[in-house]
Amino acid sequence: MPDRSLIGRSLGETTVEVEKGRLRFFAKAIGETDPVYTDEAAAKAAGYKSLPVPPTFLMCLGGEGRDLEEQLKIYGFEVARILHAEQAFDYHKPAVAGDVLTFSTSVADVYEKKGGALQFVVTQTRVTNQDGEHIADVRSAVVQR
Amino acid sequence: MTQVQYSSVNVGDEIPLLKEKPVSRFTLTLYAGASGDHNPIHIDLDFARKARMPDVFAHGMLSAAYLGRLLTNWVPQRQIRNFSMRFTGITQLGNVPTCTGKIVEKFEADGEKRVRLQIRCSNQYGEEKLAGEAIVALP
Repeated sequence: MPDRSLIGRSLGETTVEVEKGRLRFFAKAIGETDPVYTDEAAAKAAGYKSLPVPPTFLMCLGGEGRDLEEQLKIYGFEVARILHAEQAFDYHKPAVAGDVLTFSTSVADVYEKKGGALQFVVTQTRVTNQDGEHIADVRSAVVQR
Repeated sequence: MTQVQYSSVNVGDEIPLLKEKPVSRFTLTLYAGASGDHNPIHIDLDFARKARMPDVFAHGMLSAAYLGRLLTNWVPQRQIRNFSMRFTGITQLGNVPTCTGKIVEKFEADGEKRVRLQIRCSNQYGEEKLAGEAIVALP
C-alpha cells in the first residue's frame, strides 16, 4: 500500500522544448490529418504562432526526462502491475512548437479500493511556458493491481 | 470548417463520431515511439505474458488522443477548457476505437458560453473503454 504520507510530496520539475518533428510524429501515430497539426502555414492561418500541442500530448511531454520505473518505486509500484486509471486536463493557454514548457509535479492523492486489492496514486502537474504563463493543469491517476 | 455556434446546439445533441482503424501492433509501436511511453506491456508480447496478460494491449492515452481528435474535429482546440476521462476497460488488439460525444449541459462561466459534453470511447462491440467529459467554449 503506498503511504498516504506521500500526499503533497514533490516529484520534481522537468523542462522540455516542444519540437515540430515530435508533433508531426505524434499526429501520425494518432491518425491526425488536420494540417493545423503538421503544417506551419495552416497552423499560422488558424492563429497559432507555430504547430499547436494537441490536447493529450502535454501528458507525453510531461513524461520526458522522467523515469517511469523510478517514479513508481517511490509509490512502491511495479511497471508490470500498473494501469492508467484516470486523466484530466485543464487548459489555460495554447502551447506551440518552440515553447519551452516546465512541468511541476506532486502527489495529489493516495487511496485504495476493493479492500486494498487496487491501489491508486494521483499526481497533479502544473504546466508553465518560457514566459511564466500558466498553460495547463494535468491530473493523472495510476492503479496497481 | 463551419463554426459551431452556442445558439445552434441543444442538450442531447450528439457531435460527429470518430471511428478509427482497428488497433494493431503497428499502431501501438508507432504510438509508443511518438508518445515517449515505452512501457513494454504495450509492445513486447513476452513482457505482457510475464505480466499475465494474454497479449499486448493499447495505451490508454492512445484512446485518449482519439477522444481529443473527436473534440478538435468538432471545434478548434483553443475552445477546449477541460477534458477528463476514466479508463474503464482495456483496449485489445483488433478493437475498433469508436468515440462519441453528447451535449449534456449549456451554461455560462467566466464570461463565456460553454457546453459540457459526455464523451466515450468504446470498441466495435459497444464495450466501454474510456468515459469522461469535456467543457468547450462556443461563440
